[in-house]
Amino acid sequence: MLKQIEGSRAVAEAVALCRPEVICAYPISPQTHIVEGLGEMVKAGELKPCEFINVESEFAAMSVAIGASAAGARAYTATASQGLLFMAEAVFNAAGLGLPIVMTVANRAIGAPINIWNDHTDSMSQRDCGWIQLFAETNQEALDLHILAFRVAEELSIPVMVCMDGFILTHAYERVDMPAQAQVDAFLPPFEPRQVLDPQDPVSMGAMVGPEAFMEVRYLAHVKQMQVLDLMPGWADDFRKAFGRDSGGLFHTYRMEDADTVVVALGSVLGTIKDTVDGLRDKGLKIGVLGITCFRPWPTAAIRQALAGAKTVIVIEKSFGVGLGGIVSANVRTSYSGSLDAVYTVVAGLGGRPITRESLARVIHEVLDGNAPALTFLDLNRAAVDRFLAREREKRRTGPAAEALIKDVGLVTAQLR
Amino acid sequence: MSFQPVKFYQTGTFTVGNRLLPDAERSVQSTVRRTNSLNSGHRACQGCGEALGARYAIDAAMEATNGQLIAANATGCLEVFSTPYPETSWQIPWIHSLFGNTAAVGTGIAAAMRVKGRSDVRVVAQGGDGGTTDIGFGCLSGMFERNDDVLYICYDNGAYMNTGVQRSSATPSAARTATTMAVGPTPGNEFGQGKDLPLIAMAHGIPYVATALVSDLRDLEAKVLRAMEFRGARYLHILVPCPLGWGHDSSLTIRMARLAKETGIYPVFEAENGEVTGVSKIRRQLPVEEYLKPQKRFAHLFSPKPREDVIRRIQAKADANIRKYGLLEPQA
Repeated sequence: MLKQIEGSRAVAEAVALCRPEVICAYPISPQTHIVEGLGEMVKAGELKPCEFINVESEFAAMSVAIGASAAGARAYTATASQGLLFMAEAVFNAAGLGLPIVMTVANRAIGAPINIWNDHTDSMSQRDCGWIQLFAETNQEALDLHILAFRVAEELSIPVMVCMDGFILTHAYERVDMPAQAQVDAFLPPFEPRQVLDPQDPVSMGAMVGPEAFMEVRYLAHVKQMQVLDLMPGWADDFRKAFGRDSGGLFHTYRMEDADTVVVALGSVLGTIKDTVDGLRDKGLKIGVLGITCFRPWPTAAIRQALAGAKTVIVIEKSFGVGLGGIVSANVRTSYSGSLDAVYTVVAGLGGRPITRESLARVIHEVLDGNAPALTFLDLNRAAVDRFLAREREKRRTGPAAEALIKDVGLVTAQLR
Repeated sequence: MSFQPVKFYQTGTFTVGNRLLPDAERSVQSTVRRTNSLNSGHRACQGCGEALGARYAIDAAMEATNGQLIAANATGCLEVFSTPYPETSWQIPWIHSLFGNTAAVGTGIAAAMRVKGRSDVRVVAQGGDGGTTDIGFGCLSGMFERNDDVLYICYDNGAYMNTGVQRSSATPSAARTATTMAVGPTPGNEFGQGKDLPLIAMAHGIPYVATALVSDLRDLEAKVLRAMEFRGARYLHILVPCPLGWGHDSSLTIRMARLAKETGIYPVFEAENGEVTGVSKIRRQLPVEEYLKPQKRFAHLFSPKPREDVIRRIQAKADANIRKYGLLEPQA
């Protein structure tokens, strides 16, 4: 059924269609509307049987989900940013225990400085935690990926994180096609746990494992993640048959047919990138887009194949490994057979800075003209940073950097006016 | 009454009396129904109070629930000595997740049972004093506040024994630990610090809170059985002497627990809905030195120079406990 609704509401309704049995909620922007929506459905008796638990922290949210999932219940929670970091120990633990929890991450920057707007630093900080990570480009895809996530999680007994851009998707009203309950029921069978806390068949879960078997347990987790790469096309086929549209898969390509330049990205910025690429195509550039849906497991072989014809690869990413550069691009480099000098990193949109077509087109031209360094920061106010560095050379007590920079940027803006 | 051979275990006091009692009046530990939830063969130290307390408590909970029990366990000695993979001493469904989230894991299990209509399956969450009073306190307070249907059991040995005897917020004043060394002008743990978790639990207004000791099996079992009569959040705080951390002979575990009670250092009581409803009386108050002296963690109070000033402060706290809870039986 077509609906014009907020992204968070779309996700809440999709999760409800998946018949979750335990939902844990702790408020953090920009995720809150999702659990608010689900809480209302549970309270009104529209979603049952389901327990909605208002916990005291994100650490507790994931821990309650761990207990519920281990006891055989379909468990769901949502978080963002600081919340994901606060639950990090339990995030790793859920993966280590092999519990098929589904969690939405409404992607948001990490402080300090505190910032509520969108980038991918939160999800990227957990990229090696053992969860499957799927990134949504649109609200329709966010909705669809949640339905897929429960299926994937429960088939393999691995938790799945569905990442959607905070505010840009969560708070945007878009048209979505909401499936019917019967369609979801046909696609997603009831949860049959591989391991469960059951008094009739007692097991010990989370036992200590020493050096004699720890490597094997970790390697098994890797093997299971790798299975996702083989199984994903089949799930995507099933999804298409059940819902009549394409969703999921490992990645999407756009105008890649003869492209010698490929822009790689994930999340909602792909829309802007596609528009930019359309404009560049009109000017005769052979350029295409590779939008990554499945970031973990990383589809090494498939991406290598997709990038086989590319002479230049430009990774636009909303994440930043301080002291290194790009995180997504570091992954892309493992999957590119050409010269690594041909892979460019553009860090963009940190802390919610708008990524415009104009800026994207400019940076792409700079790369292709040979005028861009390997690591570029889109629309960075380098002068403000240089002024701060100069002040640090002049005196010892320069005060908090964030305050100094915002004051500087503010003053400059005032002068421009 | 049918008679079956009973494997003989140390069960504290009343052991011989148990065997003369009708089956229904026996302690759970002395019946053939005892489930040995924490089975023999685990790797606890000789004289471990926690191993004893856990077996007593979980067997009693199994009795109360007719075997329909699931346990969540914090990281710590109990988790480590009971489950080196692939061996496990647990005869019940059991999960260890993390150090600080056990109460929340218990909440999750209880929620799963509720949603599945399994009101017969009950949940115990358990941990040491570090996992309870320090790192797990946030999740515990949340579980209490929501009145989730979980019995939380703290096995309190007064320090982080698993990592090598470091101070916790349950470490007694003046006790030496690896992070409160017996050096300087105020050797051992500071006075005026620490948490009284049973009182904090009561302040949440939860249905049932009790303290117990491994030296009084019947009282401990009675409190577990009573706790399982309630729905909602319940808290049981069990003092479990640790020969390693306390520095007493491993044959003195039961005696140390008994002395903690009889000196007034550890008040044994129960409370319902935030109000004390019963206390275990002391027949004759013993001076705190009798409890302190056999423990090396208090050795600096007796040599090289006796610290009567410090002992007086500990005595004053014990006396205050006796007054506060009315622990002394009236003299005939």
